[in-house]
Amino acid sequence: MTAVPAAEPLLRVQGLEVHFPIKRGVFFDRTVGHVRAVDGVDLSIDRGTTYGLVGESGCGKSTLGRAVLRLVEPTAGQVVFDGTDVAALKGEPLRQMRRRMQMVFQDPLGSLDPRQNVESLLSEPLKAHGLGGGTAGIAARIRELLDSVGLPAAALRRYPHEFSGGQRQRIGIARALTLEPDLLIADEPVSALDVSVQAQVVNLLEELQERLGLTYLVIAHDLAVVRHISDVVGVMYLGSLVEQAPADDLYEQPLHPYTRALMSAVPVPDPVVEAGRERILLAGDLPSPANPPSGCRFHTRCPWRQETRCDDEVPVLRELAPGRLVSCHWAEEVRDGVLRPKSPEEVAATQGVSVGRTGVETALESDALVQGVDQPIERT
Amino acid sequence: MQPLSAMPAEPVLEVEELAVRFTRRGEQPTRAVDGVSFTVAPGETVGLVGESGCGKSVTSLAVMGLLPRRGVEVSGSVRFQGQELVGAPDATLRRLRGADMAMVFQDPLSSLNPTVPIGTQVTEVLLEHRDLSRKEATDEATGLLDKVGIPDPRRRLKEYPHQLSGGMRQRALIAMALACSPRLLIADEPTTALDVTIQAQILELLRELVVDTGTALVMITHDLGVVAGLCDRVHVMYAGKIIETADRHDLFARPRQPYTGGLLASVPRLDGGRGAPLTPIRGSARDTIPWAEGCAFAPRCDNAQDDCLTEVAGSTVSLEPDGPGRELRCRHPIQYPPSPAGATALGAAR
Repeated sequence: MTAVPAAEPLLRVQGLEVHFPIKRGVFFDRTVGHVRAVDGVDLSIDRGTTYGLVGESGCGKSTLGRAVLRLVEPTAGQVVFDGTDVAALKGEPLRQMRRRMQMVFQDPLGSLDPRQNVESLLSEPLKAHGLGGGTAGIAARIRELLDSVGLPAAALRRYPHEFSGGQRQRIGIARALTLEPDLLIADEPVSALDVSVQAQVVNLLEELQERLGLTYLVIAHDLAVVRHISDVVGVMYLGSLVEQAPADDLYEQPLHPYTRALMSAVPVPDPVVEAGRERILLAGDLPSPANPPSGCRFHTRCPWRQETRCDDEVPVLRELAPGRLVSCHWAEEVRDGVLRPKSPEEVAATQGVSVGRTGVETALESDALVQGVDQPIERT
Repeated sequence: MQPLSAMPAEPVLEVEELAVRFTRRGEQPTRAVDGVSFTVAPGETVGLVGESGCGKSVTSLAVMGLLPRRGVEVSGSVRFQGQELVGAPDATLRRLRGADMAMVFQDPLSSLNPTVPIGTQVTEVLLEHRDLSRKEATDEATGLLDKVGIPDPRRRLKEYPHQLSGGMRQRALIAMALACSPRLLIADEPTTALDVTIQAQILELLRELVVDTGTALVMITHDLGVVAGLCDRVHVMYAGKIIETADRHDLFARPRQPYTGGLLASVPRLDGGRGAPLTPIRGSARDTIPWAEGCAFAPRCDNAQDDCLTEVAGSTVSLEPDGPGRELRCRHPIQYPPSPAGATALGAAR
């Protein structure tokens, strides 16, 4: 961030890359290419603030979150947490460091052991790290935790299946808080919950941040939720950040064409607003991260694509206004309305590809990867 | 149900007092749908909104006659173009389904057969319901895929579901649903599994379809944003019953049921102010009481009073007309200043 923070940011990610090899072959695992899930991301998070990371499925936002915690190994780059490069740590120092960075997962039922009751779930991290000061100390700490996430003490003896989705997510949050972390990474913390319950969990996260001085990295696809809780928002597309800005500025005036399209696609629960607002439909689907487009990765779907630069020159993340980073060659022209957007059909026509062409290749390759199916991958 | 004032021509679908009970031996039956009534006119988009477990999907399955016979009791009436469907023989339903009434499901991958090419699945509908040769059916299918925005349809017909992206699969499903130009299309959370930019494409497609063909559309969703952009009339469901019905403009401007109001207050808005905490609804959908004992929402409701319970009031909470085109099931609804003039007076006094 460029707002020149008074102190060193709590987390600084530099040039982070995570590439997954694509293996093929029945007997020999030949590596035939790489999925560039995260491809050179820089970001930093100040203490006590919330950084929201948004993007569509497959853009690499979850992988980025996991790479910060080293739940997946970064291919390159630095993750500097409170002055220490996490990417270079090993063994015991890494384990100690993880105590200070915890994660809340999307699916609360899938991330809680069904055979452990709440007491056991919450005491395990303390025991593993030899903390809590014995049985009595642990018991007291757990009660305090349950209380802080709004669950009754009677929950201790119960098992995850006995709770509702919202309560389970509260347990997940309580577990993440047992070790008094500094940084909490929340990967889609509310997307599995019903709307009326979502708000409860969002409020809880905000209240805990205020009380405990936590720093959050919130990863979500729901732009409205991210806008609500974040101080700074980063938008990812195909493994890289395309825009980063203070939350209010971003929603006031998105600068990158992708951000504009993304925000215009979010339905607003108000018929009057819905009827009157700008709608930018994008052509086709997300291209394959195994074979990303050249130049600007968004150029195949971009309504503002120009004949020059977009196809062959990779845009860098540059500062357009204080605190506002954007990676688009034509950001100023798009902002000032000098360039007019094209319709999805025009985009498809000028690109020489059919509207969904890229999408099919994506589906082909990603399905082959996800399911581990050994099938020929079509390349164009 | 009372005929609504602004009702256009003869409705395509009339659902009256539809109830679905799931029975299990040795257990109390579950009332998934509990006396639901609504109508849909040609060219109209009707939304059924609610959270998981409110009975919106079961309602749609019951309308299509897709619920299993065993362990399920369906009562009430579903009339499609005047024809009664509840208790109708399978042959009748099979003739109507896919031809005059069609459905699009939430998860496109599991509603397509993974072992059969897309083309075969689309032409199957055509061959079943229309007197076409195989060649004609293939041509027709190509046209359908093209119509729903699938590029290069000839090639796509030979491909299998896993070769298509999520958005493409949903388009293929919509193409199948449209194959015989149905009079009624039921879409059950058609965009929930999709990313927002793809969701926008699919919603646009549905919108065009209703305008171009005059198909009646029933949109089942939990997303109030989708409702606001697409539906003419909205029914909000809670615990198996409709609790509020209104024109979408009225519903979003002046929700009357505290549940509807609570839902609207609990979703963060992209265009709204930031910083203020959200106002969630207390508890979860588990905290309900049976409708026979009172208003099912009462345990979570801030407006609830003693007479929300049947025992106190001596009668159950029923769905009553609530102004032009609106219906409401609530004894203590959200109140608004009586008229726009009243609202201005309030504003001026401040």
